[in-house]
Amino acid sequence: MSEPREPEFRIAFDGVSLKRGDRVIFDGLSCGFPRGRVSVVLGGSGAGKSTLIRMIGGLQRPDSGVVRVADEDITRYSERELFKVRDRIGMLFQGGALLDSMTVAENVALPLREHTRLSEKDIEAEVDRRLVAVGLSDAGQLYPRELSGGMSRRAALARAIVMDPEILLVDEPFSGLDPINVRRIEALLVDLNRHLDLTLIVTSHHMASSIRMADRLVFMVDGIAIAGPPDELLKNSDERIVEFLVAESDSFAEHHELDVTPLMDRRTLPDRRKKS
Amino acid sequence: MKRSPLRDLIVGIFVLCGLAAIAYLSIQLGGLYYSGPAGFKLIATFDEVGDLKPRSAVVIAGVRVGQVVSIELDDLLRARCVLDVDPSLELDVETSAAIKTAGLLGEKFIALEPGGSDEMLESGDEIDRTVSALSIESLVGKFVNDSGLEGD
Amino acid sequence: MKFTLIENLGYRSLVVVEHLGRIAQFALRITACLLVPPYRFRRLVGDVYDAGVLSLPVVCLSGAVVGGTLSLLGYTTLVRFGAEEALGALVGLAVIRELGPVLTALLVTGRAGSAFAAEIATMVTTEQLDGLRMMSVDPVDFVVSPKALALLIAMPLLAGLFAVFALMGGYGIAVGLLGVDGGSFMASMEGSVKFWNDVIGSFSKAITFGALTGLIATYRGYISEPTAAGVSAATTGTVVIGSVTILVFDFFLNGFWGV
Repeated sequence: MSEPREPEFRIAFDGVSLKRGDRVIFDGLSCGFPRGRVSVVLGGSGAGKSTLIRMIGGLQRPDSGVVRVADEDITRYSERELFKVRDRIGMLFQGGALLDSMTVAENVALPLREHTRLSEKDIEAEVDRRLVAVGLSDAGQLYPRELSGGMSRRAALARAIVMDPEILLVDEPFSGLDPINVRRIEALLVDLNRHLDLTLIVTSHHMASSIRMADRLVFMVDGIAIAGPPDELLKNSDERIVEFLVAESDSFAEHHELDVTPLMDRRTLPDRRKKS
Repeated sequence: MKRSPLRDLIVGIFVLCGLAAIAYLSIQLGGLYYSGPAGFKLIATFDEVGDLKPRSAVVIAGVRVGQVVSIELDDLLRARCVLDVDPSLELDVETSAAIKTAGLLGEKFIALEPGGSDEMLESGDEIDRTVSALSIESLVGKFVNDSGLEGD
Repeated sequence: MKFTLIENLGYRSLVVVEHLGRIAQFALRITACLLVPPYRFRRLVGDVYDAGVLSLPVVCLSGAVVGGTLSLLGYTTLVRFGAEEALGALVGLAVIRELGPVLTALLVTGRAGSAFAAEIATMVTTEQLDGLRMMSVDPVDFVVSPKALALLIAMPLLAGLFAVFALMGGYGIAVGLLGVDGGSFMASMEGSVKFWNDVIGSFSKAITFGALTGLIATYRGYISEPTAAGVSAATTGTVVIGSVTILVFDFFLNGFWGV
């Protein structure tokens, strides 16, 4: 189900295809992400959620089709031109992607040191402000290896927003976190969206928080996207979505070890569990 | 990246040690020393230099006082050697230069022998009295010739 | 089916050629990053520390041992001809011309080159390089080029130190253990080592090897697969390809300088 491109879309995919080897990842995928809203991208592992986000950042180029970010077609952009686009984008990677040779404060300060002419004092103040915002005011002098999963994700979030981006891409912010940290990150992201008018794009397979956060859901199924407001989409009895939800609630159970016993009894493990 | 004074200091010491090592190899072992305008240059021309090479030693009474800078052919097809010697030496114009061999098969070097004149050599002057190299081959050849042992 | 072998050969040759092209491109990118501001001086110092200072113990120790070994071996041969005075020349020439730069390069490739490759490969795996890209920072400029330059700087310095330690080791064994006269040892060494031929040749070799190691280590780390296996492949690849490349280049450099 592709939808007409609406003017308020800040980011739009149009007929994007991508193959990796023989595996089709995107097969004419079209969808849009509205400005100032929270869009959550859902899909099984290997459905290309991360690839979708990396494409918006220009880290991955499609084989064909067009990716528009702020009405610029970035598909043929050179690295140098992409830098200009990326100045408007913050990205929170799954593992945090903090540089582990630097302290947390240096990590957060890095974009400021690279791209602004702020004095060392102003940079320090700005870094402190961001660290306080994510609740890490004491962790500035720690190295990333000394942080817990939730802390390093919050530190990475501080770094992603330090340049006040208008678009924030967040890859799997909840994976591997305990419920308290999931809530915490979720609240932070929603706060950012509300207060800074960020266009937020989140990939997740954490159903509960996704539905709580999302202004718009994007289901990735079979290389295409099915998008819409959550209530509408979930009421919609589109076969593929139902299939996905059933499958996903399964893997959700696996993922969170809610009920392990049926898994042990299964003779054949579902394909999904193969690491892709 | 934060400034870390200790690390910076260690890196600085490392670089200095490395440069010192290279300098030692170059100056002490490689025999590179400054031989610009201040160096005392003498020219000696020989009929035969044997395997005398640039950087061969120049000695007086067995004491090394300099080295051969270059060897090239002059217009008369003789070997024109430029010597670089210690500028503090006072050599008179009757000084002679001879090519000698350390041991029977050893390295060639130039031995200077001061004369008795009151007139001193200036840098760039030519040494008039020279004795060419004697090679084992020519010595043997001469011996063979003199004794009439050469075939036919 | 019967062409499989030849096909394989063809394919592999093409892969090698492609990599050579990419390495050349990569070298140009590194050079451009080094020449154009911003200059990453602080990061360079950190990487010189990693490549140079941390390699010091292994390089100095190996140097001393290699020098001593040369003295022992050379003495047993030379003493038969009553030419033990030439021991200094033998040790000096062998160390400065050949063993200093080559062994240092092999040691540094194994220690610092592989460490740099692993570090960059880990940064690929943990998306740190992509993270830099998303902050509009070129990872080649920020991460790769200081490391490549650090190896280029550290290599001649380490080779010089290796040579000095090898000469000390050689001197120690010759004079202390074998009873060779110290003065004649040094005299024969000083008499035979030539600046333009030997010292400059050695220095040029070390710089060439430093550039090669830096390029190979960073390239191999940069193109690694984003997995744990990718990191280990990058490390092994750096040591194997780096060492072979150094030996091959050494052969050609010897030919070039005329042994």
